[in-house]
Amino acid sequence: MKKRWDPKSYKDLPYTPIMDRPTTHNKTGVWRTFRPIIDYEKCTKCYICWKFCPDAAIIIVEEEDRKVEIDYDHCKGCAVCAEECPVKCIKMERER
Amino acid sequence: MVKKVITGNYSLAYGCKLCRAEVVAAYPITPQTTVVEKLAEFVANNEMDTQYVKVESEHSAMAACISASLAGARTFTATSAHGLTLMHEVLIWASGSRTPIVMGNINRAMAPPWSVWADHLDSVAQRDTGWMQIYAETNQEVLDSIIQAYKISEDHDVLLPSMIMEDAFFLSHTTEAVDIPEQADVDAFLPPYDPPEKLDVDDPKGFCSLVMPDWYMEFRYLMYEAWNKAKKVIYDVVEEFEQKFGRNHGALLDNYRCDDADVVLIAAGTSAATAREVVDEYREQGKKVGLARMRFFRPFPADELRSLAKEVDSIGVLDRSFTFAHGGAFYTEVAGALYNSPSKPMLKNYIAGLGGRDITPATLRGLYDELLQMKENGPGQEIEWVDLKDGAPHGEVP
Repeated sequence: MKKRWDPKSYKDLPYTPIMDRPTTHNKTGVWRTFRPIIDYEKCTKCYICWKFCPDAAIIIVEEEDRKVEIDYDHCKGCAVCAEECPVKCIKMERER
Repeated sequence: MVKKVITGNYSLAYGCKLCRAEVVAAYPITPQTTVVEKLAEFVANNEMDTQYVKVESEHSAMAACISASLAGARTFTATSAHGLTLMHEVLIWASGSRTPIVMGNINRAMAPPWSVWADHLDSVAQRDTGWMQIYAETNQEVLDSIIQAYKISEDHDVLLPSMIMEDAFFLSHTTEAVDIPEQADVDAFLPPYDPPEKLDVDDPKGFCSLVMPDWYMEFRYLMYEAWNKAKKVIYDVVEEFEQKFGRNHGALLDNYRCDDADVVLIAAGTSAATAREVVDEYREQGKKVGLARMRFFRPFPADELRSLAKEVDSIGVLDRSFTFAHGGAFYTEVAGALYNSPSKPMLKNYIAGLGGRDITPATLRGLYDELLQMKENGPGQEIEWVDLKDGAPHGEVP
């Protein structure tokens, strides 16, 4: 873990707002109201959900026979995957 | 050194080539088109080692330039009028991300009325975007300014983008003899761009990040500091350029025969070239007139104007655009800089040459005549539209 940014003056700032890590570091999944759940019994691995996900939050797991998995740290629950799934194997459940 | 007879637009293209721009992203618009055509030809003929990005709009052109610049490339684009104003949002992204992009802008009137002719409103309307602005007077200055602009913009104390202006058709499509410097001399003057930070897939970073209200002001203050440092860098680069290439077009304010002048006209672009002729003519007649050419409108030459104000009785400010303020943009800013100055010469604003109307020697003689009488007669109408066809039988209207 890199040292936390703790400036005291404008003189301590970088010349332009640069983060020392990419935005994948931001766990935007907490914004989610509805959580997608994949029914692996019905999934045909067509990868249409992976293609459509606007946040690249659907991952193909190579070592598990190329199954798809939701990256819940970054999925914002937009439900595009559930809408696009041709076999309707993704359901959206309200987060508690 | 080779002397070529070329248009202002080709001066932009040759300047870009000499500076070895690595990425060019541009969208064609009259009267800029031949700039990007010439650059496309250079790239197609392998005369430039450049990624030429074809885009669907000026907004995308600037976005591509920002990304390429963040990746560490020297970037160039060119546009005009509505193309420049379409870029407005991304111009502010460019300066805020501190990308030293250099752009040519052909000053063209904004519509309506529809027009393709010279007028400074397009770039004057971008004065608050954080870009440096150079208004060129000749095709030679256009070419030389590109080389200077990269050097100034890429200085680590500055890291701000620059736009170089040339008047539509008066420069863009008019040929002049231009010295093309040797590539080796430009290479020695302008080393490759070395950004302090850049995009790197092996060490990913987030650029243009969100900043909460507790630090936003401080980032803007850093830009303000860079602006102040830029003024010194401009003087240094102009001096080094003169040593290397033997030409000096002035730094921020290009004063011509102002030393013992009673009255001075402030103008930018090609009308300054006409004013120079009138100054010579009047000086021969013993009239103490001068020209202060606004070479840089950003950074604004406030200190230079205050020095000038000490020496003269009256200043006329010629605006080739109108911004619907209390006078033109040059006028309001000159007046603002002089308000707290101990010396306050009389000021008058002349709105002239909008939409490409000629600003002739006869017109400028009239302005100088009035300025010479101003100490006795007062400024009269403070904001005057010059050569306006108002039905009155006064003099010749071009």
